[in-house]
Amino acid sequence: MRCGDFKTSYTADMTIFESRTARIMLVFFLCLLFSLPFYTPGFLLDIVNRIGIAIIGAVGLNILTGFTGQISLGNAAFMAIGAFSCGYLSTKFNMPFYFSIPLSGVITASFGMFVGIPSLRIKGLYLAMATLAAHFIVEFIIVKWESVTGGVAGLSIPTPKIGDFAIDSDAKLFVMIFVIAVLAVLFAKNLFRTKVGKAFVAIRDQAISAEVMGVNILKYKLLSFGVSSFYVGVAGALVAYQAKIISPETFPITVAIDYLGMIIIGGLGSILGSIYGAVFITLLPELLRMLTTSLSGTFPELINKLAAMKELVFGALVIIFLIFEPNGMAARWHSIKNYWKLYPFSH
Amino acid sequence: MDVTFLLQLIINGLVVGSIYALVATGFVIIYKATSALNLAQGEFLMVGAYICLNILTKHQIPFWQAVLITFAFSALLGVIIERLILRPLIGSHLISVIMVTLGLSSVLKALIQLAYGTDTIPFPEVFPSDPVQIGPIPVSQGYLYAIACVTILVVLLTSFFKYSKIGVAMRATASSQQVALSMGISVKMMFAISWAIAAIVSAMGGILLGTIRGGIDMSLSFMGLKVLPVVILGGLDSIIGAIVGGLVIGILENFSGGYLDPVVGGGAKEVAPYVALILILMFKPYGLFGKKKIERV
Repeated sequence: MRCGDFKTSYTADMTIFESRTARIMLVFFLCLLFSLPFYTPGFLLDIVNRIGIAIIGAVGLNILTGFTGQISLGNAAFMAIGAFSCGYLSTKFNMPFYFSIPLSGVITASFGMFVGIPSLRIKGLYLAMATLAAHFIVEFIIVKWESVTGGVAGLSIPTPKIGDFAIDSDAKLFVMIFVIAVLAVLFAKNLFRTKVGKAFVAIRDQAISAEVMGVNILKYKLLSFGVSSFYVGVAGALVAYQAKIISPETFPITVAIDYLGMIIIGGLGSILGSIYGAVFITLLPELLRMLTTSLSGTFPELINKLAAMKELVFGALVIIFLIFEPNGMAARWHSIKNYWKLYPFSH
Repeated sequence: MDVTFLLQLIINGLVVGSIYALVATGFVIIYKATSALNLAQGEFLMVGAYICLNILTKHQIPFWQAVLITFAFSALLGVIIERLILRPLIGSHLISVIMVTLGLSSVLKALIQLAYGTDTIPFPEVFPSDPVQIGPIPVSQGYLYAIACVTILVVLLTSFFKYSKIGVAMRATASSQQVALSMGISVKMMFAISWAIAAIVSAMGGILLGTIRGGIDMSLSFMGLKVLPVVILGGLDSIIGAIVGGLVIGILENFSGGYLDPVVGGGAKEVAPYVALILILMFKPYGLFGKKKIERV
């Protein structure tokens, strides 16, 4: 009987799947995932699509905040930049989505790296404040730069097309979003098996020691900002395609807080955790909506309080997780799994 | 340049700035004592304003009594929050502390919204409304009372930190927790007191804003974010910095509202403090009065 995880080589430690079963399970899960559009009604698929976008964004933020330890409150602004560059490229230049999405990612990444430059000098809470300030400044610019962003009225985004094939339904969007999401997750998972990813983690754990060990801190911090904002920018571009109309109000500061909540609840420094968190936080308002609609017979005033309820539950969850399970759902899942693996002889 | 307009802007700036200074003081007190960044400061302000409103409208009692009761409630709220939420997180990573205060702000905002809704509720008129003539410009009496209240509170706070035993103990805790502990100071108690004081000064800010604006709503909570440029300008660990920073940012905000808004078409007033924040971080990251931290391996 196995009594614990004992790895004897670095290769074993670095492997993504601990066993063949895990690999098969993942393939099975992906098949299940991509069969969703065939039997899921449209309104549910819309939620699933939003989950997919949230996963990309949350993984991106986790790369910066969870793995590199740079707190960013500016990711709603990054997302807005991604969305508006995508909107601008696709309306003004009729760019097809397979160019406009990566390009908006690149635009956001360069902006993210620009915001990241001061991160060498300022850290921790100063960085949090600087990114927060960046958020409000970007918001202001988006409202004012009407020739590009459409100002307060916003932009309406054309339907993405491959040749003549229009991606116009939730099911088609689903495929587009989830292909990108799966690629994004795979890339992130592998990133942390490389030198670059390890440099990120080293900067988070002990920046000074990392520098002593030969990690160029500025380079890797900027790289982390770049990769992270690329992800967030892509997520923003997808939001644009999904929402079809974007305005400055699509990306308020609460979006940034929601994303931070995702990675806190899911698990800082865990790719799997970002996925859990994204799923959970996106589902939360929908679950509450279902709950309140079903209770509306007895408490008719509940529906008006939905927004407040969502915020209450969200805030309470963030607090509870931080106090009782600071490593998030991913860690909790891990310990539950280990408990049953060794049941009834754990310890 | 129109001098009257300029003076008007300065006076408005000083009034708003003095409230910023108040809230920033609470922020700095918490940061100094516990090294926690309290992003829920604006919600403390909002909760204080709503409590005071509730007391004033439900029980017809004099304003100053209502303020004292509000202070008591706010202090209690601060202590409870410190005990239940912040204390378990002592020593944990910075992002946890930042996030927990963000979560807290969500909860407080939601509770107020559940209790009072999102509409603006008129705040009872406390100060006489007819303006006084100062030189060439008329100034609302409420403004003068607000500045007076802030000044009194700041003087009280300063003397509290300077002369009272608890105040001195709090300063000791801020300068070195270990030494404070070995001198028999209960550091936990000091943490709780600093949260209570921060909640009280923010509540005062909320009440004053309510009386000046004549009504309160959820937007009061944004004051918490407005305070960030203030504390960065003044230095995160300096109370004098918070006061000077508050006044400067208040005036800056009104200047950009008065002179830039007509040019760019609105919005400059809101964004100017954040531009200032970025510039300060670039050129003087520890602010005007902040202590420089030197990192050594």
